Amino acid sequence: MNDLKTDSSNWAARSKKNTMRLGYWTGAWLVTMAVATFGPLLMWQSSQLLTVLAITLNLGTGFGMIVANKLHLQGLDEMHQKIQLEAMALSLGVGLVVGLGYSMMDVTNLIAFDAQISHLVILVGLTYGAGIFAGHRRYR
Amino acid sequence: MKNRLKVLRAERDWTQAQLADELEVSRQTVNAIEKGKFDPSLPLAFKAARLFGLLIEDIFQDEAVSPE
Repeated sequence: MNDLKTDSSNWAARSKKNTMRLGYWTGAWLVTMAVATFGPLLMWQSSQLLTVLAITLNLGTGFGMIVANKLHLQGLDEMHQKIQLEAMALSLGVGLVVGLGYSMMDVTNLIAFDAQISHLVILVGLTYGAGIFAGHRRYR
Repeated sequence: MKNRLKVLRAERDWTQAQLADELEVSRQTVNAIEKGKFDPSLPLAFKAARLFGLLIEDIFQDEAVSPE
């Protein structure tokens, strides 16, 4: 019937491992972010040393997440790399253009509130998600 | 770019997932190539040709060039 070898799932296993590793690093980064943000308020109040340690740990896990993301992207097949590239180009472009426009609106007092970096992060995340969705639909 | 990937795969009774494993790509990528929605790179086309024991041009054809 079929004479394909069945032990050739190395690529799939590697890809799954890369995704899991990225998930772990992202989870660790989120946890350290929460600790660094809420620790000074809820856990250790005025200890600057602990705050510095928490932020250092957050930055360290953040770099780990970046490396894990790079390995994840390198492990994807060429079509999925293309989808990721297009989604990242879209989110980077929208983030830059809208982010700077948003900042200018704040500086020139066109908006009544202060521009928040979190709004930019949400915008980039949503744009990236939309780009990934559109890419998968295009090649379906 | 047109291709005969689906026909060649069916002749061997392989699933998309099996072919994807052999080519070290995802099943979605095999599906997109078969449907002509994604053109593979030259290394991937060579890999497919090696797998089927054919020449690249026996699998992939430029749509701009009509067959003789």
